[in-house]
Amino acid sequence: MARLVDGLVPVVAVLFAFLVGAIILWLQGVSPVEAYRQMIVGAFGTKNGLADTLVKAIPLMLVGLGIAIAFRGGVINIGAEGQMIVGALLTTFVGVQLAEGISPVVGISVAILAGALMGAIWGAIPGYLKARLGVNEILSTIMMNQIAIQIGYYLLRGPMIDPAEVAAGTNIPQSARLGRAFDVPRFTDLARWLGLDRSAADLGLDGFLGEIYAVLVEPSRLHSGLIFAIIMAVLVYILLWRTTLGYRIRAVGLSRSASEYAGIPVRRTIVLSMTFSGLFAGLAGAVEILGLHHRMFEPAAVSAGYGFTGIVAALFGKLHPLGIIPSSVLFGGLLVGGDKMQRAMQIPQVLITAILGLVVLFVVSTDYLVRRRVARRLAAQRSAAELASKEELVGSTVQEAGS
Amino acid sequence: MSELTAIGVLLGIIHQGIRLATPYLYAAIGETISQRAGVFNLGVEGIMLMGAFSGFYAVFETGNLLLGVLAAAVVGLLMGLLMSVVSITFHAEQGISGIGLYMFGLGASSLLFKTMLGTIEPVRGFPALRFCLSDDFCLANIPVIGDIFFGYTALTYGAYLLVPIVWWVLNRTTWGLKIRAVGHNPEAADSLGVSVTAVRYASVMIGSMLAGVAGASLSIGLLNVFQEEMTNGIGFIAVALVYFGSWKPVGVLGGALLFAGVSALQLWVQVINLEIPSDLAVMLPYLLTIIALALPFRRSLQPGALGKPFSRGEG
Repeated sequence: MARLVDGLVPVVAVLFAFLVGAIILWLQGVSPVEAYRQMIVGAFGTKNGLADTLVKAIPLMLVGLGIAIAFRGGVINIGAEGQMIVGALLTTFVGVQLAEGISPVVGISVAILAGALMGAIWGAIPGYLKARLGVNEILSTIMMNQIAIQIGYYLLRGPMIDPAEVAAGTNIPQSARLGRAFDVPRFTDLARWLGLDRSAADLGLDGFLGEIYAVLVEPSRLHSGLIFAIIMAVLVYILLWRTTLGYRIRAVGLSRSASEYAGIPVRRTIVLSMTFSGLFAGLAGAVEILGLHHRMFEPAAVSAGYGFTGIVAALFGKLHPLGIIPSSVLFGGLLVGGDKMQRAMQIPQVLITAILGLVVLFVVSTDYLVRRRVARRLAAQRSAAELASKEELVGSTVQEAGS
Repeated sequence: MSELTAIGVLLGIIHQGIRLATPYLYAAIGETISQRAGVFNLGVEGIMLMGAFSGFYAVFETGNLLLGVLAAAVVGLLMGLLMSVVSITFHAEQGISGIGLYMFGLGASSLLFKTMLGTIEPVRGFPALRFCLSDDFCLANIPVIGDIFFGYTALTYGAYLLVPIVWWVLNRTTWGLKIRAVGHNPEAADSLGVSVTAVRYASVMIGSMLAGVAGASLSIGLLNVFQEEMTNGIGFIAVALVYFGSWKPVGVLGGALLFAGVSALQLWVQVINLEIPSDLAVMLPYLLTIIALALPFRRSLQPGALGKPFSRGEG
């Protein structure tokens, strides 16, 4: 029961953030009930809305997994934006260079690995700087974000610019389209291969079941990156709880000095947690390019704040890989719902950013309350145990005296 | 390029650098106070955005510059209160709560801008003071000295004045002693009857108030417009400057001048279209921040309890 209460605390924190959001809406003279209704229906109530929600959940999940690895290891990675961008850049480079005559399986694998590698490097640098030189990783990762954005602009205006943009004289900073072999199949493609080609209406499905069927089978933007991200969540779970490295990451996160004492190579573990963290953000960048955009454009529009929203998703998922899956869908829905709300009611979408900030503030605040509850519970158990052992002691002394 | 114009350009960069240091100084000096009390306030960027908007809006509506500064300061103070409740009372991990505050400030300032203004409008901000002693003689017109020392706004002079004031408060007053004590050894301070919580609340709120003014120094001092995300990372760099300046106002001043100088140089590089691609020139301050953070000197001066919440009797 007590554990259930602890588990519900983040939910209450989110509800509280929405309550503040409602007050802001009300102050703007907008009905909060209607605004939130638009949001929920927009994000989950229609086929295209739900598909978009899941599309946005993909990068959130991958970034969130990376964030969870870092936070579990006691390092704070604010650099997922930059790691996504550099990952997306190298994936794009590979996809444009190898556009001709490559099989989709090889092509996509190489491009994904390229993105992961680049993200990992971008995460390893602040990790190394922290472990060796004591550089505050929060600040260095924030700076690395800006550097990644500028490198992106430089490459997209120069070496990587789409030749068509130069020819047309428009010079928009974006790359050429990746080869078709690099298109990650959409759900509707997968369904066609499986022989499912009838629409929900054909089959007479309606209601929620029909909507789910439509999202999975009918044409939409939803791509198989979702399956990939879920597999990755399971892999991160295995990494953190079934491998030595994962054990070390968690141990270092709980106490650096105790880990040192236990013989864990603390510095190397810090570098590795940041590297893996960056790797997953890099994957997010790669998958966004291969599954959704198929070309690289304005860097900050590709990372699109997922580096920050991913932190929120990871915190709400209690830094647990399997918790991050539903949490990413929820926050993906929030982003889509915000967009729908803006269109339907002219409420600026930036309201969502403010609400996300409040979610972070409330979740990290309530975290302390949960910890204190747990500590009290443990203390109560301990004193009960002490009392019991004292009584035993008293009992035995009495016996001794009697004999 | 003749020698005369070269000197002119150099003076121009120096003048611009001293001017651009204004927001860095307010924000970083404020953050120094907060960190000396042991609280790592990463939300500066968000507070600056809120300060920039409220300062701008007050001036836009009333035309009263002092009211603009006051509005920015009050909003900064309130944001500081929020940060304090979360980080001091609720013991939140300060790096993460700061990001939350940043996101809130970013979202809220953009929301207010979109709903209350909608378009980018100019205002008449703080004027450059030319120190005219008579109709035809202004101190700002003196060659070289005039360029370097005169012709800035009152907000800029205020920022530089803040450096000795905060140094004096931190090092020569009881208040400063309390701030340093709760930042360095809260248990000892507590045992001597200093309220760690109260001193930290006050420090974070004053620091945040200055961050709010830092935002206003952009929107009604340097640029005289409000744009979404106009702080562009200055708040984060300001936090790094505190490390760079070894938690000392004078060190922070040096850092602020260096960074503002690089920004001025980078603007100049963009203007004259040097061989360096401008995208990479924009990168310079951020790269410099990382290098500065990696420098090993005087890190031992970091407040002992920086970033650690304090609770009585938990060791």
